[in-house]
Amino acid sequence: MTLVETSVDMTTALGSVPLAGPVLTASGCSAFGQELEPFVDLATLGAVVTKSVQLRPRSGRPTPRMAETPSGMLNSIGLQGPGIDGLLAGELPWLAERGVPAFVSIAGTRVEDFAELATRLRGVPGVLGLEVNISCPNVESRGEVFACDPVAASDVVAAVRAAADPAQPVYAKLSPDVTDIVPVARSVTEAGADGLSMINTLLGLVIDPDTMKPVLGGVTGGLSGPAVRPVAVRCVWQVHAALPEVPILGMGGIRSGLDALQFVLAGASAVSVGTAVFSDPSATARVHRELAAALAERGFSSLREAVGHAHR
Amino acid sequence: MTSYLTEPAPKADQPPVQREVEVVSAAPAGAYVQLALAAPEVAERAQPGQFVAFAVGGPMTANLLRRSIAIAGTDPGAGTVTVVVAPHGPGSTWLAERRPGDTVDVVGPLGRPFPLPAPGTTALLVGGGYGAAALVGLAGLLRSRGSRVLAVSGAADAARLCSVDDLGALADRLEVTTDDGSAGRAGRVTVAVDELIGESGVAYACGPMPMLRAVADAATAAGVPSYVAVEESMACGIGVCMTCVLPVVGADGLTRFSRSCTEGPVFGGDRVRFADVGALPWDVVGADAMGVVAP
Repeated sequence: MTLVETSVDMTTALGSVPLAGPVLTASGCSAFGQELEPFVDLATLGAVVTKSVQLRPRSGRPTPRMAETPSGMLNSIGLQGPGIDGLLAGELPWLAERGVPAFVSIAGTRVEDFAELATRLRGVPGVLGLEVNISCPNVESRGEVFACDPVAASDVVAAVRAAADPAQPVYAKLSPDVTDIVPVARSVTEAGADGLSMINTLLGLVIDPDTMKPVLGGVTGGLSGPAVRPVAVRCVWQVHAALPEVPILGMGGIRSGLDALQFVLAGASAVSVGTAVFSDPSATARVHRELAAALAERGFSSLREAVGHAHR
Repeated sequence: MTSYLTEPAPKADQPPVQREVEVVSAAPAGAYVQLALAAPEVAERAQPGQFVAFAVGGPMTANLLRRSIAIAGTDPGAGTVTVVVAPHGPGSTWLAERRPGDTVDVVGPLGRPFPLPAPGTTALLVGGGYGAAALVGLAGLLRSRGSRVLAVSGAADAARLCSVDDLGALADRLEVTTDDGSAGRAGRVTVAVDELIGESGVAYACGPMPMLRAVADAATAAGVPSYVAVEESMACGIGVCMTCVLPVVGADGLTRFSRSCTEGPVFGGDRVRFADVGALPWDVVGADAMGVVAP
């Protein structure tokens, strides 16, 4: 599958690293990319954003892990994954052999965990940069989520930036479950984040009317899909207005090129397609095609020109 | 280390495709609807035990997750694939309402097929409800390889029996059971399984989880390898969402949360830890990182 040629220059960047295209997978929505190979040419993606990796292998939570909701879904996977050793031995070499850039999502429950992961990923072939999943409970702060506390969030980002390969941009992935996202964005940027990924899922709950109990084994779960898109576009808009120089990787319910266009116009210089991949495994390639066509129709000669256009 | 009668099912021979396909026939069958789809690339790739995943609801849909349904049969000559749809929620109900000429977006074939025994091995096939449909292709393939095929189709009642005629035409012997006695013998499939397992060299089952467990336990107790096709709730069907996991013992003897879409849906019956489905036992790989420790 090749991308349709349009006159629009679709190149962009994650921090200082150039990207061939602006459409990436979203963390936790395309595993480590391998399963999409029958459906899309992975090398044409901006990058594969990996499922969040932690230091040790994790089983994840017991089932049920999923509930369908109007235009979305609730998930409670619990970051099932192979751990950093498994990732370095298996998934990352697989992507590198195919020339597919990896944007590695890292997660932990202590600041030092994040720093150690960043250290382990220094200089690893094919690793374009790091996305720091700070929507994890901080064991040293009674389980409060890092992303909901500007100080804890910036501690993690500062430690990752100090430990990471200087050639790898560090993006902080922000949670929308805060009263005001701008102070968190400012705090992590001042701590050294090269860019911001937004948004993570919103915390939700579904109760089964038959059992009269929560559907998910983990009780609450993360809400994703088109249902959250207006929240995500609002977050991107607010942060771009406050911090126009900070690059944003936009995500949250993108299903079509016009959805992606909203994020670009609000200030995102690249986008991740997440839950849409569950319903359409070739969604990333389609969104790229549709976004290029939508930009051309609106007279843009490059994606870069359209970034933040809605503010002007 | 415990020894196992089965090896984990190997991957399918060919990768899946995603296609917009036309419904060529839709026939009510008891409580279900049998749909035939013009999907030549899926038909030529499919192996018994695999499934397809449908997008549901059309372009305006608010139901974004795929519905995964076992392949009931293929006709590579005609380029068709059949599935049996059991309407129970909005997605499966929409699918059951498709009529000839309608189009649906389908991904498949997905998952690992049933491993085949040495040619000539007598095989017991046990289907519960619409799960029996997934065994029709297997029955034909086993017969063509010289196996004697013993089949059991069971359900709660006569309307929920499935593929009885198809299995009856292919199997050397077919037993029908219903919980309420409205067709065949009254009782669960186990009344027939217990009689037939002794003559069998391998057992296959598809249906609800308690039935799979009963068949696997009966087979293992008789020293017969069994393969079960599980039906877990899936969002994607292709291995990326991680929602359809269950605890399965791997070739190395370690239990992992395995995806029923890409590592299944066919698992060795003695390798699925049925009693632990929906739980997180301490000896699952990575449970320690979740704070679950050995007692």
